[in-house]
Amino acid sequence: MTVRTRVRVLAFARIAELLGKRDEELGLGPAARVEDAWSALTERVPALAALRSSTRAARNGRIAAFDEPLADGDEVAFLPPVGGG
Amino acid sequence: MLRIAREPIDPKSVEARAHSENCGGVVTFLGIVRARADDGRSVDGLHYEAFDEMAVAEFEAITAEARERFGNVRIAAEHRVGDLKVGDVAVVVCVAAEHRGEAFAACRYAIDELKRRAPIWKKEHYVDGGGEWKANAARVT
Repeated sequence: MTVRTRVRVLAFARIAELLGKRDEELGLGPAARVEDAWSALTERVPALAALRSSTRAARNGRIAAFDEPLADGDEVAFLPPVGGG
Repeated sequence: MLRIAREPIDPKSVEARAHSENCGGVVTFLGIVRARADDGRSVDGLHYEAFDEMAVAEFEAITAEARERFGNVRIAAEHRVGDLKVGDVAVVVCVAAEHRGEAFAACRYAIDELKRRAPIWKKEHYVDGGGEWKANAARVT
């Protein structure tokens, strides 16, 4: 039996534009990390790869490192450099 | 408390949220869409979007920090999202305090940190066509 880690991905601003959507469900492998969710997106939209160094991730609403493990049902957000105000 | 607004902001209502009868000083910062971008291009309008829940939580943290630094200040803020035109109010930060000194200091701190840390994004649309996502100067790592 294959263990899947299902996560909901949220994308914003330029990342959402390139992705063509603001959220989606991903089925990742076992022991998945934030990096695996990002990789799943960049495989489909290679232009995203150039944004990796300026992108921060949040897991369930808190800033998370890309090597942070994911749990089934997590929400992962990818945040470009902010520009509010 | 930060409110994410999908309709035009009324600064008076933000001031009303911040104020209490023990406050003798109220400082309100208005961020307004301007016609000229930093690179000199003519701006037709701005598009803002936010990660609402995280932006609200980040501003809660900023408010707690401001109270630690400046004492018993009361802070209310509102940030618009969606499509804005030149002259529209994009953000309001209002601080009420017993005296003006801490109100000015806390207002400066709150808007600076909001711009630096809150997950809110801005795309400039130009009069001569096209648009660009613009990041603020400093980022949190």
